[in-house]
Amino acid sequence: MEETPHRRRAHTRTRDLERYAGLFAARTGVMRSSAMRDLMAITARPEVISLAGGLPDTSTFPAGTFAAQMTRIAQESTAEALQYGPTEGFAETVDCIVEVMGAEGMLPDPDDVIVTTGGQQAIDLICKTLVDPGDVVVCEAPTYPGAVPVFCSYQAETIQIDCDEDGMRIDDLEEVLEQLDREGRRPKFVYSVPSFQNPAGVTMSLERRRRLVELARRRELLVVEDNPYGLLRFGGQAMPPLYQLDGGDFVIYVGTFSKILSPGIRLGWAVAPPPVMEKIVLGKQAADLCTSTLTQHFVREYFAEGRWREYIADLVEIYRGRRDAMVDALREHFPAQATWTEPEGGLFIWATLPEYIDTSDLLAKALREDVAFVPGQAAYVDESRGRSSMRLNFSGVSEEEIREGVRRIGKAIAEQVELYGALTGEREAVPAPEVEPAKPPPADADVLPFRRSGEGAA
Amino acid sequence: MKVAVLKGGRSLERGVSLRSGARVEDALERLGHEVVPVDAGVDLVKRLSAEGPAVAFVAMHGLGGEDGTVQELLEILGIPFTGPGVAACARCMDKVWAKHDLRAAGVPTPDWFAFNETAFRELGAADALSGLEERLGFPLVVKPSRGGSALGVKFAAGWFEVPEALVSAFSYDNRVLLERFVEGRELAVSVLGGEALPIVEAIPGGGDRYDFEARYEIGRTEFVCPAELDEAESAAVTAAALGAYEALGCAGFSRVDLILATDGPQVLEVNAIPGLTDTSLLPQAAEATGMSFEDLVERILELALKPATA
Repeated sequence: MEETPHRRRAHTRTRDLERYAGLFAARTGVMRSSAMRDLMAITARPEVISLAGGLPDTSTFPAGTFAAQMTRIAQESTAEALQYGPTEGFAETVDCIVEVMGAEGMLPDPDDVIVTTGGQQAIDLICKTLVDPGDVVVCEAPTYPGAVPVFCSYQAETIQIDCDEDGMRIDDLEEVLEQLDREGRRPKFVYSVPSFQNPAGVTMSLERRRRLVELARRRELLVVEDNPYGLLRFGGQAMPPLYQLDGGDFVIYVGTFSKILSPGIRLGWAVAPPPVMEKIVLGKQAADLCTSTLTQHFVREYFAEGRWREYIADLVEIYRGRRDAMVDALREHFPAQATWTEPEGGLFIWATLPEYIDTSDLLAKALREDVAFVPGQAAYVDESRGRSSMRLNFSGVSEEEIREGVRRIGKAIAEQVELYGALTGEREAVPAPEVEPAKPPPADADVLPFRRSGEGAA
Repeated sequence: MKVAVLKGGRSLERGVSLRSGARVEDALERLGHEVVPVDAGVDLVKRLSAEGPAVAFVAMHGLGGEDGTVQELLEILGIPFTGPGVAACARCMDKVWAKHDLRAAGVPTPDWFAFNETAFRELGAADALSGLEERLGFPLVVKPSRGGSALGVKFAAGWFEVPEALVSAFSYDNRVLLERFVEGRELAVSVLGGEALPIVEAIPGGGDRYDFEARYEIGRTEFVCPAELDEAESAAVTAAALGAYEALGCAGFSRVDLILATDGPQVLEVNAIPGLTDTSLLPQAAEATGMSFEDLVERILELALKPATA
């Protein structure tokens, strides 16, 4: 056989770059990246304790189970598992999804479900279906950092509504909706992670859930409920998902197997009313034809075994211990002026520092100590916000690493606090987190009025 | 020829360096060289000793790779390398030392004051800040002494913004400088083997300052090369750039960043190892003289192997 010569892309020169730049779609101009991406690239160094990730713990998944199931698929379903599948996903996968949603009290019609390549694709497809450039999308402040580039790439005008310890402030939302009304505009949807929010760790109260659903119905407004963590609860009362409260008329639901089984299998889903679903299916067809059939077979096998709830229960125990370790470490190592959330589930804690600390710069300093976190600005569309906050992940690292990582970040912060004191003549008092009340933030500040740690917390 | 491409490392500019390195590797392969890519880590010396390259192409930016550290190791190993030597790298990386050397050599650079953290923590330097207003004026620029790609650089419009800017800058280095802000056109002069390449002007899009994002994103900043300058301006800018290159003892190649103010050019800094990514300025300047990226890489190698004739 004649060998084709190996050909590589010829070198891009300035004029070629200009030519490419001239070809770029307008939406690429609003995609964000470099500084953060470059800093994040360094967090991947093996010696770095990364509290920056959003990784579930996959180390405890039984290797024997995984091997046996994949072997069975290889032997018994070779042709089908290697073949394309339906765009909507296999009916058997949808059965598993209905079972998972049932565990949180939801009863979706299987026909309303589409299997997607992770929950991330579900968000993308929903935007693809609903958002024209310039359309308004409303979400929480802070919001899931992974949703920001999606909204940006569809050129949405994103409005963020502040959260407090009970989740999105619905009164603020109503105000924004009324203001939009006066301008003759309405948002295409309201995006929310109501349970154990990423990044804030807060959970929307039942009363606000009811108000949000009622408001959506009254205004015929779509709500996109992203619920990756609902089953990962280690404290507090279970909250009904918005989808359950609404019944699925105005709530589009996004779910995923990433946090309850594996993110590597890239399996998520969306549930939407039939007219919306029809368009989502067309969008999915254009995007990737179908979700991996191989991993859908794996999920089917895994659920047939019937032990998926036990595995989640194991995860919950692991995460509870890690959350406790992180909260303890924060109390010990973060300065008195810092506040943080104490989540009852999920993977993340959101900490807010004195406003003169920029957490992007702090990250550079922390990386010298081989520890990483996500600077708060990643959770805002307006990058000037969230500057003194950070997201800390506790699910993907051991308790020992959490304690050491938080200690190192605390040390870097303490140095900045001391320096600021020396610069301004404001000597900070010796940290006394248990007695010193939290300073109420200024009204226009982007710090969240979260409960100060240690104050009546569970 | 066997060429080791040193890239990556632990610096904050690791990502940029990996892109520079990948591009250099491509070019070297096309030139017919045997390429040994090396992500600089704990096994750097071991790998270089085992591979025994004829020359090392240093495509590293920031601390570790651009400050003389790697260069010192290469000297010990007896491997010729591209770009400036140990002393020049160390001087360029530390903006405070570089500015002292520039001023001593008569090269114009904006007024500044430098402080280390100890001065604030232990010597009450904060009390000296008030004396700076009349000498530097506002706005002023606060930057870490060692750092690149505009990381940690803040502008302070008034006193109230200075402490916060200092806290940011001290996140990157334990010495910072407060520098007079010079309004003017942003220019870069790349110097190759002691000769100035055409001047590049960076015009940030959307009124942004030429920040980290704008530097590395295609389409974010408009570059004009050669910059539209009259003869006298060109001559003054080139002279300042070559003066800076020589004052800091650079060799092989480097890039001088300047501001052209109404009263002439002011050198901001010299990058010992400028970026070689798709959006970097040195390759653009070389191209303006008809030099392809391959030609540029080959020339840089030649200069590394025959430093005496450079």
